[in-house]
Formats: sequence, structure tokens, C-alpha cells
Amino acid sequence: MLEDKDRIFTNLYGFGDWSLKGARARGAWDNTKGLIEKGKDWIINEMKASGLRGRGGAGFPTGLKWSFMPKADPTRPSYLVVNADESEPGTCKDREIMRNDPHLLIEGCLIASFAMEAHACYIYIRGEYIFERERLEAAIAQAYEAKLVGKDNIHGWPFDIYVHHGAGAYICGEETALLESLEGKKGMPRMKPPFPANMGLYGCPTTVNNVESIAVAPTILRRGAAWFSGFGAKNNAGTKLFCISGHVNKRCNVEEAMSIPFRELIDRHCGGIRGGWDNLLAVIPGGSSVPCVPAHEIIDAPMDFDTLRGLKSGLGTAAVIVMDKSTDIVRAIARLSHFYKHESCGQCTPCREGTGWLWRVMMRMAEGRAQKREIDMLLDVTTRIEGHTICALGDAAAWPVQGLIRHFRSEIEKRIDEYAANPHSEPVGDFGVAAE
Amino acid sequence: MSKLIVDGIEIDVPPEYTLLQACETAGAEIPRFCFHERLSIAGNCRMCLVEVKGGPPKPAASCAMAVRDLRPGPNGEPPEVFTKSPMVKKAREGVMEFLLVNHPLDCPICDQGGECDLQDQAMAFGVDSSRYIENKRAVEDKYIGALVRTSMNRCIHCTRCVRFTAEVAGTSDMGAIGRGEDMEITTYLETAMTSELQGNVADLCPVGALLPKPYAFKARAWELSKTEAIDIMDALGSAIRIDTRGREVMRILPRLNDAVNEEWISDKARQIVDGLKVRRLDRPYIRKDGKLVAATWQEAFAVIAEKVKMTTADRIGAVAGDLASLEDLFALQSLMRQIGTINLDARQDGVKLDPKFGRASYLFNPSIEGIDEADALMIVGSNPRKEAPVFNARIRKRWLKGNFPIGLIGEKADLTYPYECLGAGPETLASFLGLPSAKKEKPVLLVGQGALARPDGEAVLGLAIKVAVALGVIKDGWNGFGILHTAASRVGALDLGFVPGQKDGVKGLDTQAMTKVGALDVLFNLGADEITIEPGAFVVYQGTHGDRGASRADVILPGATYTEKSGLYVNTEGRVQLSDRANFPPGEAREDWAILRALSDVLGTRLPFDSLAGLRGALYAAHPHLAEIDGIAVIDPIDPSRFGGLGEPDGKIPFVSPVVDFYATNPIARASAVMAECSALAQGLARQAAE
Repeated sequence: MLEDKDRIFTNLYGFGDWSLKGARARGAWDNTKGLIEKGKDWIINEMKASGLRGRGGAGFPTGLKWSFMPKADPTRPSYLVVNADESEPGTCKDREIMRNDPHLLIEGCLIASFAMEAHACYIYIRGEYIFERERLEAAIAQAYEAKLVGKDNIHGWPFDIYVHHGAGAYICGEETALLESLEGKKGMPRMKPPFPANMGLYGCPTTVNNVESIAVAPTILRRGAAWFSGFGAKNNAGTKLFCISGHVNKRCNVEEAMSIPFRELIDRHCGGIRGGWDNLLAVIPGGSSVPCVPAHEIIDAPMDFDTLRGLKSGLGTAAVIVMDKSTDIVRAIARLSHFYKHESCGQCTPCREGTGWLWRVMMRMAEGRAQKREIDMLLDVTTRIEGHTICALGDAAAWPVQGLIRHFRSEIEKRIDEYAANPHSEPVGDFGVAAE
Repeated sequence: MSKLIVDGIEIDVPPEYTLLQACETAGAEIPRFCFHERLSIAGNCRMCLVEVKGGPPKPAASCAMAVRDLRPGPNGEPPEVFTKSPMVKKAREGVMEFLLVNHPLDCPICDQGGECDLQDQAMAFGVDSSRYIENKRAVEDKYIGALVRTSMNRCIHCTRCVRFTAEVAGTSDMGAIGRGEDMEITTYLETAMTSELQGNVADLCPVGALLPKPYAFKARAWELSKTEAIDIMDALGSAIRIDTRGREVMRILPRLNDAVNEEWISDKARQIVDGLKVRRLDRPYIRKDGKLVAATWQEAFAVIAEKVKMTTADRIGAVAGDLASLEDLFALQSLMRQIGTINLDARQDGVKLDPKFGRASYLFNPSIEGIDEADALMIVGSNPRKEAPVFNARIRKRWLKGNFPIGLIGEKADLTYPYECLGAGPETLASFLGLPSAKKEKPVLLVGQGALARPDGEAVLGLAIKVAVALGVIKDGWNGFGILHTAASRVGALDLGFVPGQKDGVKGLDTQAMTKVGALDVLFNLGADEITIEPGAFVVYQGTHGDRGASRADVILPGATYTEKSGLYVNTEGRVQLSDRANFPPGEAREDWAILRALSDVLGTRLPFDSLAGLRGALYAAHPHLAEIDGIAVIDPIDPSRFGGLGEPDGKIPFVSPVVDFYATNPIARASAVMAECSALAQGLARQAAE
């Protein structure tokens, strides 16, 4: 278990003072100038050595990403964009950072911008996060006032930070859609290549990082890469915020070491599964877009990128959604399908047309009003969405359904048999989602 | 050049090529919906997916990936692309299935049927049956203007129309609202599109969602005979294809011609079709007791012959209109020469261009294609958007590439690209004389008819030439001086010398002089409908429509429109182009050269040709440069010394574009109800509710 002295987010629950004064007391902004004076190469190497993998879901090594930024060019400035469009169902970690420890993020922005020679940083914050935006803006104002950031700050790196408030579209959390939205266009993902490191915001080199990835950077640099990489299994280093929701006794956000076994995570922080461990049905370990994992596979699995990928799922944003045996798993996944249908941007064909198809079939299957052969058809349709779209939303829509069919096919078949034994002519229900 | 292997075939292509282009170079067929050569890349239809070896284990959109983005193999082997692998086949079938889940199966009642990309590609790359049993999406149809009919259930969201209006037309009329399944293409508030090129979106639409409204439910693609022709609605000479069923012209579509119109045509060129059928003159008429009475050809010719025989040659004149072909003009010119008159003019707007200044003085010398490589543009007395919309789109295309300053002297107007308004009249133009030469390699000075069709037009022309020389527009190796004409017949007429002649020191009368009271006794009017002929002269009107010319005629000889005759036209850059005949003139109407040939017999001044071939032979003999079909003969370059002594223009009078109503510039357009509706929409007079 992670000890308190090793926690990065020491005010995660907001018990302390969020403001600059409180943050300084907890160690933020401590000798930031010293870190900067060590140079950008040192920072990037230290980040690489720490083994930090991006906290936004894909798990791409952060230091490596920073090193992709080209050399500064006066005609094409570099930008840092922080993705605070935290919309993945089940995820609520960035929100707590921005509410209660915003200065960690701001300091991280400065350091990361310096490391990639960016003089401007944009924080794209989710439309629904109104309080968080106000808190973040207040914190930035404090930092400006204390000359920690700004054109002529005490760190000697001219640097401006802007908060941009989104309009609440899930797709704007996709990095290129986010850039489009930031430029004032419709939030629709761009084709890659070119990648943002080459052609990002306003056609200039841009790095897009998750809030958590940026917020942990100052502490990593202060305490050393070796300290950070000391947590977790190989290739899955560090500490991580887990957002545990669902059928546990005490739902919580908690910072833990990577690779902590699922059972330990739940027992220590959440007071166990509702109704005991035998009552666990399945877990979605990384936010709604990763496939669910049945109880027997997840119980003793270490929670990290590589193990969960081995279970054909993923750590994603570490938003652990726990479902006990009272869950109607088919209906639960059908609800997720509705989410993806609703949030598809409509740009490319497989996702635009496919997500609606998935949802409609899932709604029927939730009531058992389908043929058994349609299960295979559904699986086949998901494989025709997955990998054929511009961005990963198509994959995200396909994976939950694939996970369901992989592990709970018998449940769907049982549902179909039950309905076939007692068919009726009521219209297919939508469980009230249309009214939402 | 980069090497890559496509389906086992090694090819060498430029690194900036997209995979789609590279695959096509290798002979592989790549299906596509959203990709279009002349629009930006969207990559959203996902139909062009191919497999790339060594890349991620998923197919890549070939339209969006460049050859240079490919990585070579571990030992430096060229990258490999597969277009026929199982992965690609599965991807295409999947995308096709998705496109069809919400696409209605209404091909039998869809006008696009038979020429539909979706239909064709579903046959070639799809599967035979659908697994989708849910209800299909229903989308309300939108009103987007008088020319394009929508059937939005069929839309596959390729966004070609959106990109066209935003990029080529420059009006950003269309866009997509909503997201996901609920995304809809619309003009936002269901207003009519405002572009003069809006008809092209129906061509671009790969399915039957956007279709030409006037053509709705009129014909099927496979019933039509296709004829290659040249558009004469403006002086650009856009390449068109006339589709006919039997004797009826059903529609007009653009043809590819990169040198002129790329693949766009203006709405007037496209939707003039209904104007070809109504208000036609289909038999000869003679004015008796103030009323026009139907007559036979013999009667009409007899009346003319009687009148001509009573008149001396200097009291006879001829005016030719804007739509005449070279053959018509040559035949009329020959006839007038036989009669012995020098009163000839084909410049009914009074423009002061004249062959005496040399051929280059009235051509668009940098050429239409040359705009692509120009590096600065000054527009003088012209509104290219109204006078030649397709050309305007080309200017916009050049501007989009950047580093292309544009100045304007004349009326301010929305040209779809920003420009600097420098002034209004000759005074501003003259102010450039003292300035140093522009530091540009290939500047273009575009002079419109608005600057030249005025009493001091010759002086303005002389001034423009001086300015062009001073600014380095005319220099060794580059002639950026260009006249933008508005009449399709004009350059041809000037090439033929269809202007007032000179005999015994007396100069012939020009249009303005000929139409004055008592100036002439007999006036031949070959389709000139934009002038008012004052009382006095006996007018022989030879034309196609019951327009202004016909109402002032004493004898009407019914002629053929451009679809009904094979003709040569010379466009504003001096390109000679041949237009084929698509159908026949109505009733007793005949081809114009044949009418003039028959009339010459009756007048006793028989023309020396009996066939179109004979006429062209005589034409080529007299003007060898016109035999160079599709070419631009470079003869008679600009000699600034010829422009001396033309006087000073009246500096205070501003230049005014001659095209007031784009949709009503000639008798065919004025006869068209569709053009009238467009005109009303453009002027905001009519508001039409959604269908």
C-alpha cells in the first residue's frame, strides 16, 4: 500500500487549502527555478527515466512524447495543450486535481512547456466542469500575481497559461478534436498523420497531455525518477489515481501505486465489494471504453497497463467500475452503447452508422428480443467499426460490446431463450435514455 | 521520388503523392466517396482503406496518407501497400454495409440511379445482402436554393458539398449540424445558396442526396445522348456536355478542361436548359401593318431582297450579338462585303477594343490557367464573380494558396476573396503611372468591359497599357495584361475584323451610330438583343428568341441556338474551341450560316460556300490562326507605341461592371424560368418556403 509520504496529490480530498499558500505549504512551487535551470534535456530524460505513461488512457510514455517536439522555430511556436476534457464515464480524477490541487497542474504546465520550449499553454476544460474552471482560473490568477507564471515571471521562462472552457462534447477529449475545438471549429478528430507534435494547434508543433500526467511531473522531478519508477511493476511505473465507482461499499478516488492487485485496492480503500467478494460479477477497469473483465479474472490481477491488456481489457483512465451480481450486465453495456452513439461526432462512416446499429441491437438483446445468430453478427459488426475509424471513439464503442459477448454470451442467450418462451408485442424499451 | 510496392508492383512516385494516387499509378482501383481531386482531403468516408505493411495492424485511409509517411522495411525494403488483401476486402465491405444501413433503397425512383457512385461501388465492393433489420434513419429534406433539390435520407455525409462551397465557391453556404447519426447537411437556416457555382454540388454529390432541381424526374442517365460542346453564357468557353433525349436538351454538365474550367461550370451555363425551349422563334415573320405575321422563308427573303435592292450600300449595316459563332459572323461578314457595306459591328455594348491595336490588345494574355502561377492581380473595371464565375473561382483558388495580393479599381463587390479597393475610376489607374515597377515575377492586370465599354474606352485602354508597362505587367517573357470579356462571340468577332471598316477615307458606323434614328435604311441584326434600335431602319432580325431584338424587327429569320449548331468559338484568352451539335432547331428554324447563305442567293450576292466544311475552309484560309482548334495562337503581341494619341480618359467617372443581373445577360437566360427564379432569389425579391 502506498504510504502517505509517497503521495503526490496530498490534497486530493480538499481537506487542506487549495490556494497558493496551501499548495506551497504542501511543497508545490518549491525551487521550480532550480528544476528549470537544470535544462530541458535533463527534464525530458528524467521524465523518460521515471517511466511515466500518459494518464489519459492510451498509456503512451510521457517523456518520449515530450521529446518528439521539434526544436523551437520563431515562425512556428510550440504549444502545450492540457486535456482537461475529462468525460470518460467513470472517470473523475482530473476533476479532483483541478478542484483541490490546481497548483500542481499549473506548475506542471510551466515545467512541461519549458521542456518543449512552449511559451503558451492551453488548458481545455470540460464544459460541465464549471466550479473546477473557476477554481483553476483563480489558482492561475494567484500564480500570475505571485509572478510564478506570466511574461516576466521569476522562473525566467516567459510563459502564458489560458483556460478554455469546452461545450461538453465527449469527442473533444480526443486530442485532435480538442485542437479543432480549441481553434474554434467543430470538434471533429483530424486525420493522423500528421501528428500534433508536427502539425497541432494552428498548424504548429503541439503536445497534448492529460491533466494527471502534467500534474505529477513537478513532484517526479523534485523527488527523482528513481523514486517514481520504484512503484509498480516493470514498464508500469509510478503512482496512479484510481476512481472506483459502482458496487463497492465505499466509492472513492484514491492515489495508489500502480500494479496494486484489484482485491487489495478494493479491500483497503473501498471497504470491499457490496455483499462480499462472492457477489462480484464483473469489473470495467479503465473507464467505459474498455471491455469488462469477469470477476474470476480480475480479482487477483495487478491493476496496470500490461496485465489488463493481457486480460483483453485495459487500464485506460483507471476508472474502475465495479458491478456485483445484481447488475443487468447486458443492459449496462447497452447503456454504454447509447453513450457512444450519442457522442459520436458523425464524421466518419463506421462510427456514425455503426454506433447506432450497435445500440439498437443491444437494446433488443437487453430484453432478449433477438436471434442467437445475431450475437455473432453483433460481434462481427464491432470488428468492422474497430480500427476503421479516424479516431479511437469507434474502438471505444466496439470494445464494451466485445467484452460482453466474450464473457457473458451465455447471459445473452439465456435472455433470448426467456423472451422466446414468452414473447410479447410491446415496443422495445429504451430504459429511459431517450428522455435523458 | 519514392519507391513503394503496390500489390506486388513496384512503382516510383513523388513522395507528396497520397497512397490513393500511388495505388492508381500502379493500376489498382481504390473506391472513394469523400475524396475529390479538387477539394481538400476529409478522409471521412473510410472507403479508400488499404493495408500498409509494417504499419499499425489496421487499415489506413489511402486518400489522407502520403507516400512519405510510409516507413521502409527493416532492411530498407520499399514500403508495401495492399489493395486486394483480405483485410482491405473486409474493411471495404464493412464500410459499404455501414453506408447502406441508413441509405434508402429507392434507386428505382432516384435520379442518380445509373450514375451513382454508391450504386456502382456497392456492386463492386459490397456484399449481396444486408444484415441490418432495424428501422432506417429518416431525415427531413432541406431547401437549399432553386437549383439543387435535396433528398437527405440518401446523404452519406461525405461533406463534398460543404467543402466545395467553403473552398471553391467561397461562400460557406453549407455545413453540417448535429453530430453522430443525427448529423445533417444543410444551409443552416435553409436559405438558398448564394454562389453562382452552386449547381456543381449536385455533380459532386456521390449519391442522390443533392440533385439538379430543374431536371428532377425528367430522364434517366442511360437514355441520354451525350454531345461535347462549349458554353457561351460567358466568354470563358467552359467545356460542357449536352445531354439530349430525342430532340430535347435535358441537361448540361461540365466536362473536364484543366486549361479553362477545370470541372466546374456556372449555374447559368448549367441551368439555362429550359430557356432553350421557350420563347423560341420557330418560323420566319414579316411585319405587316405594324404586326408580325408568320411567313415562309421565300416570302421573308423576298421582302428583304426588295428592301436591299432599293438601298445603297452605305445605308446598310449589320450588328452581331454576343452568342454568335465564328461561322455565323464570317457568313454575315462575307455577305456584307458582297453587298459592299462597311457598317459592321459586333460590339453591341460599345466596348472600344479594336483589332487595329493588335490581337494581344483584346485577349486575356496571361491565360486562364496562367492565373495559377501569377503572383499579384489588379482588377480594373470588372466583377469577375458576375462576369465569369468559374474564372473567379480560379482566382480564389490562387488566392487560397497564399502570397497573392489582389487590388481592385472599380465597383466594390463580394468577390469571395479579400482584396484592396484602390479606387473607382481612371484617375486611380493613372496614379500608378509614376510608381516603380511591381516587385513581382508574374503580375496580372485584369481589365474588364466596365473599363472599356464607355465613350472614353480607347483612352482607358491606352492608359491601362501604359500602366501595365510601367508596373512590369508587360515585359520580356511575361504578358500579364488580360481583357476579361463577357460575350462569347466577342474575341472571335474581333479576330475576324467584324468592326466598322474603312473605304475611301470614310469610316464605317459602329453599333451606337447604326442604331441612331435615320442612320441606316436596312440593318441586319444577328442576335443582338442588348441594344435599342431607334426608329427608321428596316431591321432584319436573325435570332433564336422572342426578345428585344425580335420585337423591333421588320423581318424575323429564326436561327439556331448554340446547342443546335456546330460552331467555333474563341474564348477570352483567344482559345479556339469547337462545339458540336446536340439537337436540331425547332420548327422551320435553321442554322444561321445556312440562312445567310440562302439569303445571299436571293440577294444575288451568292456566298462562295455550300457546306459548313466549305465555310470553314474559307474561314481558315482567311484567318489561318483560327484553324488551331483548342490552341491559343500567339500573333501580334502588344506594341505600346500603337496606343499613342488616344486622349485622356475622364478620370472622375467610375468603372461600372456591365453585368448587373448575372442570371439575365442574354436572350436564352431571359427566357429561362429557372434563371428568373435564381435572379429573384439573388435580389432577395422572392422567398421560397422549404419544399
